[in-house]
Amino acid sequence: MTALGELTRPWQAMSYGFLDPSAKRELRRAMLKAVAVPGCQIPYASREVPMARGWGTGGLQVTLTLVNPGSVVKVIDQGADDSVNAVSIRQFVEKVTGARGTWDTQEATILQSRHRIPEERLREDQILVLQVPNPEPLRPVQPNMSVARQMHADADYGRLWLVLYEQIVRSGRIMQGASYPAMVNDRHVMTPSPIPRWDLPKLNMARHLTLLSAGREKRIFAVPPFTRVEPLAFADIPFRVEDHASLVCHRSGVTGFFMNEIPQAGGDSRHELSDSHFGIKAIRRAEGEAVEIGATWYRNGAMS
Amino acid sequence: MTLYPMDAPAQGPTRDLPRLMSAAPILSMTGINRRFGTVVALQDVSATVYPGEVLGIVGESGSGKSTLLRMMNLEDSPDSGDYRLAIPGSAGNLFDLDRYARRMLCARHIGIVYQNPHLGLLMENSSSGNVAERLLIAGERRFSVLRSRAREALDASEFPLERMDARPVELSGGMQQRVQLAKAIALEPALLLLDEPTTGLDVSVQALVLDTLKRLQRDRAITMVLVSHDLGVIRTMADRVMVMRKGRVVEEGLADQIFQDPQHPYTQALVHAKL
Amino acid sequence: MIVQTAMPAASASLAPDLPVIEVEGLAKHFDMHHLGQRLDAFSGIGFRIMPGQFLLLTGHNGAGKSTLLRTLYRSYLPQAGHVWLNTAEGRIDLARAADVDVALLRRREIGFVTQFLNARPRVPAEDLVAEPLRLAGRPAAEALAVARAALAEFGVKRELWAAYPSTFSGGEQQKVNLARALILPQRLLLLDEPTASLDAGARAALVRRLAALKAQGVAMIGVFHHPGDVAGLIDAELNLDNKETSNVAK
Repeated sequence: MTALGELTRPWQAMSYGFLDPSAKRELRRAMLKAVAVPGCQIPYASREVPMARGWGTGGLQVTLTLVNPGSVVKVIDQGADDSVNAVSIRQFVEKVTGARGTWDTQEATILQSRHRIPEERLREDQILVLQVPNPEPLRPVQPNMSVARQMHADADYGRLWLVLYEQIVRSGRIMQGASYPAMVNDRHVMTPSPIPRWDLPKLNMARHLTLLSAGREKRIFAVPPFTRVEPLAFADIPFRVEDHASLVCHRSGVTGFFMNEIPQAGGDSRHELSDSHFGIKAIRRAEGEAVEIGATWYRNGAMS
Repeated sequence: MTLYPMDAPAQGPTRDLPRLMSAAPILSMTGINRRFGTVVALQDVSATVYPGEVLGIVGESGSGKSTLLRMMNLEDSPDSGDYRLAIPGSAGNLFDLDRYARRMLCARHIGIVYQNPHLGLLMENSSSGNVAERLLIAGERRFSVLRSRAREALDASEFPLERMDARPVELSGGMQQRVQLAKAIALEPALLLLDEPTTGLDVSVQALVLDTLKRLQRDRAITMVLVSHDLGVIRTMADRVMVMRKGRVVEEGLADQIFQDPQHPYTQALVHAKL
Repeated sequence: MIVQTAMPAASASLAPDLPVIEVEGLAKHFDMHHLGQRLDAFSGIGFRIMPGQFLLLTGHNGAGKSTLLRTLYRSYLPQAGHVWLNTAEGRIDLARAADVDVALLRRREIGFVTQFLNARPRVPAEDLVAEPLRLAGRPAAEALAVARAALAEFGVKRELWAAYPSTFSGGEQQKVNLARALILPQRLLLLDEPTASLDAGARAALVRRLAALKAQGVAMIGVFHHPGDVAGLIDAELNLDNKETSNVAK
């Protein structure tokens, strides 16, 4: 006689990784579809997580589905690992999965972010999870989502170029900062979460997998490794990233990366590295510590 | 004498098939039938348009003329019927095309001007942007080219270029129609469809818009189909006229013949009402 | 309307012994449905005209002179009969030719000169006159030069060339009309009282032009209020009161 206890698992208050198995299976299916059709928005059910919609629930569900006890999880908010939002999400993941948290880009296996892609290059064995508030690049030009989906099906993206046309006509330059639309794999246009233009070239032919998930809008899409990601631009007016190449971080002295602007009382402003842990490592190294800093996407302020 | 019924087509002398016209028709539609529920919108309608011609379609509201124009713009499909355009790479019945193929064909080869500019224009975009959109759909990705071709099309439509970046909401009705026209001709379409293009405009503005259309027709030999309930507009513009009533073509002829010697009682009533 | 056609322009010569136009048993009536009435215009009309011949239509008011001209031009649809036109493409029956063919023939072979100008707002006189040439595919500069010469020939003052004829007096409008109507070489000219409202100078210019066209072999059918204006050109006369054709002794 086998005791019933040997055939069953001990009672637990919740499933591993908080989400129940069927929710995770649905998410995995959606992710596989998203990887199979790069840039195409795949609908999913988007479960409740103990966090308000719009605070990264989409990213969190993907992270909770991908994570295992051996994972190392980094969570960034506006480039920082120590902001309230980043800390809360990281602690929650640690608590419900047993995975280890980290600030170090090099060490992480799963990186969840909203506004930034780290300055250090990501590898094949890393997955970037981007939280997306508005996954639909066509929403500004087509409020009817049924029609917008037809437009995606037809690759009918002229209206997005028209937005850029109007910006140049009215302002003499393209005004779009974050969420700059990009053509993925020559087929679907995506809006890559509120990352700055600076980070967009990092997705092009990257070694890592990027999953983008919108919890409130219930859409997931992906940029698989080695996939072309091309910002929409006119042939005769090239895409340009933010003019940050010559800015100097006032704390680390590092130059050539994306900076946060810190207004000063006198009316001028100082800058500091937006990727906070990258800055910490740079300061430590400058102080003589043997800190390993990975290769960066930008070198001397230019994409390499 | 025998009066023939209003609902039957005109029984004038039969006419031969074209012998001298060696060019193939740009547009040929045959046997178009369309019902909306129990309402017969189009009944066995056929139409042919030759290169460089202006075909006028006249009839009262509900005659089916606008439904027919929407079919020509592939916005709607008939219950039965055949539609062909003599454009490169196109063979077979256009109604067999799927939505994507229709959209591409319309964007590249058919221009349309609606009575209501809201149907044809993005009111919050610039006027030049409205024209540029056409070129963007066709794949143009050079800003300088978009700009210069939008300017050229607006200029050809006699739109004041100093206002080319004004939004259509800021423009008068006549100017809005010129933006629609510029958009419609930007890609040098094989066929320009005009759906009551001057209805609702002041008479003086109407005359100016018609004059622009005339100039375009003369200088660029654009093939046009013009739908209007206004006989004056048809008379000014059309080479040939089709008269529609209750979904049928009751009479067809050269414009001067339709106006000077209408055969069908309905056409006679129409022409006399005008005079 | 500009179309590619195999048909050469009217200047291409046909055999001189071939009639330009042969009319057989032509009949026209109007069904006026709203009145429930039929109005007979004419029937049994027949004649033939050789190149360079001038046929004068006569008859009392309402005999159907203008109606006949318009039927030949196909502004009116005849009920019976034939209007054979000998073209480079062979014999075409204008009475039942396809509309598009008639439109082509009007541009290449048949001219119609009326007493009224179809002026359009905002179109200068010289452009209006040049338009038939432009529609026939001639370059703009060349068409304009020919148009100006024609305006000068009919005595339209130079300062009016760039003005809008819709603002002109009746006489000046008629000069512009003649310049436009006669600017393209045709094989057959239909003339519906073209001398009405013309001053003596313009009338003389018109007669000179018609004589020159006649010498080139253009056939003409005309209605004139004062046939004396063109007396020297008339070869034959068709009286629509009794449908008798008579040759005019010269």
